[in-house]
Amino acid sequence: MIVEVSELRKSFGSLEVLRGINLDVERGQVVCVIGPSGSGKSTLLRCINLLEQPTSGTVTVNGVELTDPDVDIDAARRQIGMVFQQFNLFSHLSVLDNLTLPQRRVLRRSKGDAVDIARHHLSIVGVADKESAMPAQLSGGQQQRVAIARALAMDPEVMLFDEPTSSLDPELVGEVLGVMRKLAENGMTMLVVTHEMAFAREVADRVVFMDHGVVVEDGPSEQVISAPSVERTRVFLARVLNPTHLDPLS
Amino acid sequence: MALTKRQWAKVARGVQYVVLVLIILTIALAADWGRIQSAFFDLDVARGMFPEVITVALKNTVIYTALGFVFGFAWGLMLALMRLSSVGVYRALAGVYIEFFRGLPALLVILAVGSGIPLAFPDTSLNRYVAIMIALGIVSAAYLAETIRAGIQAVPRGQVEAARSLGMSPAATMIWITIPQAFKIILPPLTNELVLLTKDTSLALFLGSTLAQQELTQFGRQQLNESRSLTPVLVAGLCYLIITIPLSQVSRRLEGRAGSVAPAAAGRGGG
Repeated sequence: MIVEVSELRKSFGSLEVLRGINLDVERGQVVCVIGPSGSGKSTLLRCINLLEQPTSGTVTVNGVELTDPDVDIDAARRQIGMVFQQFNLFSHLSVLDNLTLPQRRVLRRSKGDAVDIARHHLSIVGVADKESAMPAQLSGGQQQRVAIARALAMDPEVMLFDEPTSSLDPELVGEVLGVMRKLAENGMTMLVVTHEMAFAREVADRVVFMDHGVVVEDGPSEQVISAPSVERTRVFLARVLNPTHLDPLS
Repeated sequence: MALTKRQWAKVARGVQYVVLVLIILTIALAADWGRIQSAFFDLDVARGMFPEVITVALKNTVIYTALGFVFGFAWGLMLALMRLSSVGVYRALAGVYIEFFRGLPALLVILAVGSGIPLAFPDTSLNRYVAIMIALGIVSAAYLAETIRAGIQAVPRGQVEAARSLGMSPAATMIWITIPQAFKIILPPLTNELVLLTKDTSLALFLGSTLAQQELTQFGRQQLNESRSLTPVLVAGLCYLIITIPLSQVSRRLEGRAGSVAPAAAGRGGG
């Protein structure tokens, strides 16, 4: 197991967002987390690299328990790449510098090495020609691909994607999902919070359905999406897959 | 014939122009121009100020401003970080400092540093440049700290989260991500602060100095006493404007470029 989440709880004030999550991800597995908004999917992801401090429970990544108060959290986070809904490229740095700065400051790579590795990953995600552009000059799809390259340049063991296509124009979603599919085919361990059901069905090994802070259903992607065993999953999927039907199950 | 609203407005505007022209004409005709010229702009007196007004006075004003700003910025950055610290004592100390020195006239601080330190420690000879740098820095740091704090807080949270998720430490994130972006955001208010500081160097007047240490205001006043003409003050004023107007223009242009991203930083009103 590369990611082990056990009895994870998270409260914001009196609001309990995660209510005892158990989730294991094997090395090389692609897991999609789906569910209605407010179900706690993003909070779960953010707890896995401790951007949110869990209220209780444990998170272990690659054998290191991140929830241990004595752990070197910066060192632990190097194993975990994170891709955000809002891309979060460093707005004052060029594309190339976005990739080289963390490599140099965190991994202490030489400038030459960092640039070589950055260019390699930029070409993998198909934005090699944009290395001297500033983030604001790129389309959303290009920005998100650069953000993926930036995370990959740190050689993570697992990649977390927090709704990576949710703030993209519809015609730009495909290029980002394409990069993610390629990543999955190359054996990257991925945990993806998404509303892209086609991606979940085709690329993910497993789909986890969350609602109200608990895992409602967890199984092979084809089975969860096409033949969900729990009523709540069925209602959610029916609404997402047939948004023009007001209430298809009634 | 009844006039429409628009026609009335036209007439009213015409009347205002006529009144304005009459006032200007009256002043122009009634004034004793010879006397005004000798009082405010005596060319011989003005000529006599050169080159010292540039090579000494303007130079010293720039030096005092630069020293005060560098010290004030460094100390202000420190205070801003203390203000944002998770350690309550730091927050409180910085808060007290900022409130204290923003509430005092800059002149009082300059007097305290420039005259107080030599009084308290008669053996130490405080270099005048250092004294002014410290005094102006102490005051401007209080204002700059609030500007810098506002800038740091205006950096989007996602930038910090991205840096931390890549394994960067809080300190590295602050140095490489937050501060450079905050600096970009606060460049307009920072330039504004530089203008205010340029004018505040005139307060060094009250410390007394040798000729070589005089800045524009002191130089202007000394020449005023010698020449019995206001010309030196006018020339000194023009020298200030040579510095401050371009700076204000730069600030305005930066503000335009920053658009709505710039925070309503806690700048200083008036000089």
